[in-house]
Amino acid sequence: MSAVNEVSTPGGPVRRLAGLLHRRPGLRLSALLAAPLLWLVVAYLGALGALLLSAFWTTNVFTGDIVKQFSTQNFHDLITGEVYRRIALRSIGVAALVTVIDAVIAFPMALCMAKLTSPRAQRWLVIAILTPLWASYLVKAYAWRVMLSGEGLVHWALEPLGMSGAGYGLTAVIITLAYLWLPFMILPIYAGLERLPNSLLDASADLGASTFRTFRAVIWPIAFPAVVAGSIFTFSLSLGDFISVKIVGGKSQLIGNVVYDNIGAANNLPFAAAVATVPVAVMVIYLVAVRRTGALENL
Amino acid sequence: MNTERAAVTLCGVRKAFGSVTAVAGVDLEVYDGEFFAMLGPSGSGKTTVLRLIAGFERPTEGTVHLGGRDVTGLAPFERDANTVFQDYALFPHMNVLANVEYGLKVKKVPKAERRRRAREALATVRLDGYERRRPGQLSGGQRQRVALARALVNRPKVLLLDEPLGALDLKLREEMQVELKSIQRQVGITFLFVTHDQQEALTMSDRIAVFNAGRIEQVGTPAEVYERPASAFVAGFVGTSNLIAGAVAEKLLGRDGVYSVRPEKIRVLAGADLSADVSGEEHSATGTVADVVYAGAATRFVVDLDVGGRLVALQQNLWTSSMDVLELRHERVRLAWRREHEFPIDVAGGD
Repeated sequence: MSAVNEVSTPGGPVRRLAGLLHRRPGLRLSALLAAPLLWLVVAYLGALGALLLSAFWTTNVFTGDIVKQFSTQNFHDLITGEVYRRIALRSIGVAALVTVIDAVIAFPMALCMAKLTSPRAQRWLVIAILTPLWASYLVKAYAWRVMLSGEGLVHWALEPLGMSGAGYGLTAVIITLAYLWLPFMILPIYAGLERLPNSLLDASADLGASTFRTFRAVIWPIAFPAVVAGSIFTFSLSLGDFISVKIVGGKSQLIGNVVYDNIGAANNLPFAAAVATVPVAVMVIYLVAVRRTGALENL
Repeated sequence: MNTERAAVTLCGVRKAFGSVTAVAGVDLEVYDGEFFAMLGPSGSGKTTVLRLIAGFERPTEGTVHLGGRDVTGLAPFERDANTVFQDYALFPHMNVLANVEYGLKVKKVPKAERRRRAREALATVRLDGYERRRPGQLSGGQRQRVALARALVNRPKVLLLDEPLGALDLKLREEMQVELKSIQRQVGITFLFVTHDQQEALTMSDRIAVFNAGRIEQVGTPAEVYERPASAFVAGFVGTSNLIAGAVAEKLLGRDGVYSVRPEKIRVLAGADLSADVSGEEHSATGTVADVVYAGAATRFVVDLDVGGRLVALQQNLWTSSMDVLELRHERVRLAWRREHEFPIDVAGGD
């Protein structure tokens, strides 16, 4: 049978290759996945492994050279150092607060987009939300720096009310990060609510539930995994950020800039690596915790 | 019937979505305890009328009364009507019991009574023992029953059903038709259901409203609508219909106008019977069989008449088999039907 096929198959090497791949699913799969797998293993997991490995090295205090000898000194310093613990907790607090602020702003926006506007308007709103992502991160962070400065827009707007702007500091960092990561919260929630059939809302109203009750009993429980999915983005992006805090954070210290300072000014790469494992560990714990909500299916 | 109280009354209801008129002026009265069908092709406005009664849409013009009370401006949750949705609309994050209890919980019925009534409703639809299942773990027919129980448990004045059996396969659909009917008798609630399936409407309902292009063409019992269609549209949509009109009508029936004859009222005479006399109570016409469609229990003959026009006759396969009837293709036949089965059709009233 196959011999007959071979003979009757017309044509060149491309067709023969296509035929071969069609008959051998295993070969097809490996051809498709070889490059991405290589990238994942070497560039991504490799880098992560190197990070973890170098975290156990130290530097020579006098020469600044890296001593490639296994030592838990960095982690010891990290855990016993009061200042590092405070910075880690502060970073987690900032990330959590940014996530909550984004969720509170994003949910009504996503709900409005998914359920109240026409399909045409929906398309434009999605574009409007994606457009800021095209602008450079630095430009947006500096824009906030200008707005939050002593003579900036925020100060000018609040002055007549007898208030003054927060100036640079943690509050400014939280505002800026919440602004930067908002699209990453809106889009998963929007996608989640889009999948929610309108008939469920009709059914709830039909069974006697007020609009608020419908929100609490139907919309929120079904959309919650999508909110958690969004929070994975906002939380991890905030936790790893080191630029915003440099630009609008004043003297505040977060994990990100401790890492940065150890790479640059302190020239202690192994210690930077050890600090960098903290957000990685926090994210792993976070992902394991939210796995049960079904959020990972909403990514 | 007419003396009974009206469960639903629509007065001059019109509904436009932008420039599209979905419902173009509908007056309707559905009586208490009735099993009422709204029948029509897709886009005829029947589902919009259902949604207007449920309160999901507001009419552009006209009023909606439920049980004598004007509910035109009220929200769905303020109306004493419950809906069984076409896609069932079960809450995916709740189990069957929580779904059924939802309406009672919202109305703050105490837990013990809520449980009792929900279990009762599930027993009515023969789903006891499924309380802890999620909707995703049920078959289409079971979901349909849960949706029914969820609506019935609230004991509404009117139960609205939007193509309730549309998503089920034929066998299940026929079973559910019988079951819906018996449930309706058992609970005594007015059932108002939307369907595009004329067979379903004929078998299940006490009365039918036939919709076309946003208007009601005819309201009547299944027999009235089927046997005496008020318009060419009704004749064509409810069952297959033969229309005899113009010159053909004058030649065959001796009078002008448009007449409808149902296919199963027509006898097919072939072979030796071809030249046999038909009784004086019958009209007849000769022609050639253009096509024979064998459908198991019956056979459909499509006959081109000698005087022009085409009639379809449906014959029970009482004595014949597929072999016999298929041989009649391209043969000469005589069609005969009783005069009382010719119904004049009001063409002006149709579309």
